[in-house]
Amino acid sequence: MLCQICGKNPAVLHFTQIVENKMSEYHLCEVCAEEKGFTEPVKPFKEKFDVAAAFAGMINSMTSNEEERVGSVQCPRCGMLYSAFKETGRLGCAECYNAFQFQLRPLLRRIHGDTRHKGKAPARDGQTVSRARQVQRLYDELQRAVAREEFERAAEVRDEIKRLEEAAQSESTS
Amino acid sequence: MNESTARFEQLVSRPSPWLAGDGPHAELVVSTRMRLARNLATVPFTHRAREEQLQGVVASVASAASGTTSFAGALLLRMHEIAGLDRQILVERHLVSHELGDGGRPRGILVGSEERLSLMINEEDHLRLQSMASGFQLAEAWGSADKADDELSQALDFAYSEEIGYLTSCPTNTGTGLRASVLIHLPALVLLKEIDRVLKSVMQVGLNVRGLYGEHSNVMGNLFQVSNQTTLGQSERDSIESLDRVTRQIMDTETRARERLVRDARVQIEDKVWRAYGLLRYCRSVSAQEVINLCSAVRLGVSMGLPGLCPLRVINELLVLTQPAHLQREYGGELTPEERNVYRAQLVRQRLAAAERETGSGA
Repeated sequence: MLCQICGKNPAVLHFTQIVENKMSEYHLCEVCAEEKGFTEPVKPFKEKFDVAAAFAGMINSMTSNEEERVGSVQCPRCGMLYSAFKETGRLGCAECYNAFQFQLRPLLRRIHGDTRHKGKAPARDGQTVSRARQVQRLYDELQRAVAREEFERAAEVRDEIKRLEEAAQSESTS
Repeated sequence: MNESTARFEQLVSRPSPWLAGDGPHAELVVSTRMRLARNLATVPFTHRAREEQLQGVVASVASAASGTTSFAGALLLRMHEIAGLDRQILVERHLVSHELGDGGRPRGILVGSEERLSLMINEEDHLRLQSMASGFQLAEAWGSADKADDELSQALDFAYSEEIGYLTSCPTNTGTGLRASVLIHLPALVLLKEIDRVLKSVMQVGLNVRGLYGEHSNVMGNLFQVSNQTTLGQSERDSIESLDRVTRQIMDTETRARERLVRDARVQIEDKVWRAYGLLRYCRSVSAQEVINLCSAVRLGVSMGLPGLCPLRVINELLVLTQPAHLQREYGGELTPEERNVYRAQLVRQRLAAAERETGSGA
């Protein structure tokens, strides 16, 4: 995200200001923020992890050729380019973690100081074929049917989803 | 009025229970919060997903939640079906984020009983599970978040890798996806100008400090939100223990600072507290910001045990009830900022007068 004022530098200060009950969001670069006097009595709390700074540190050590090559790495599932991730700081899907693993590992280390998960894992008993998963599968099927222009099938799937959702709704409110 | 509207009305007609001011150490810690970020394995993350995929996420998450005990009887609200002012109400109650509150795209919020548990759907991540508790209650808040997460994962296929844990849209949440936080009131440290030093040391041990309304918000009323920053290489227990340790140290430092204030400047502090109370009790026009700042002083007085002040609950509730959306809801229509200031003053006066009648405060 670029600075709202100069439109050139990356925005590194993000904050909400409340003046006379009117809330405004600001995304500013450091230079403009200082110029406009957006400083507070208690120094904030710039997010400790500064995406821009973390990337900057990594990119400085690369030549522009390398940078271009890395930027064009693409996730095979959602089509996200690494260069787009670099810009937004958001990954496109779970598969992006595999597609960009070589670039992500040093980044994760920079953010967290570690690259290994030590927390809990999903609790799955493997036996519950839940209605939720069924609904999820049906939505996937609906998309495929629409893409193949099989509208009759799509209508069937839509009815099935509706039925399941209504059943869930009536259970949750009863 | 349909059932969901009726339940929404019921939900917002009373103050959030986490403002009750009755938890442990409520004189210092307003509330404790746990947040878990989760995504469905087969759907692109929210910002890359198509409209119908997001609808699918809302449907499957709502369906999964309906089968859990954690969300039994929960209220599902679809953001695009809610009027702008009502969405803002949910933001002010800390139930939804600003991002979710904008109402675009298929997004939803599930609110469990007593607002202790809630689940944002299609925020930055598909699921943002939140558990809130009044006062300093890390173990309790974690317990209910953990249980709800386990229950949901029975029915939903979460994006997860053995090596790097839960996969989130932003790499700052990868791993546990946990943000554990406390909202702590530190007026004495601010008055004695020791706050910078304290906060710096908090940040040095890898914790984060923000304002009342979370990410990107200013610090108001000497209220600070302290949370863990790291989610990878640390178990949930590690993160919570470290927050526990640091919060206790901050509480100690603040308590000692309050003792010093009472010892060295009792008259000045009492004067400051009662002047703030007087302004709140008799003002005829007041901004939300000013209410928060005046409440901070009164809160300090209540915590120090000054006789004659209202209960903590009344002060905590004013923080939310005087925000623009809550105020206009109470009024029953839209108000200009100037009208709001006048109506806000009236509401504050009434609340304090009611507390005086109930508890004999205000002497």
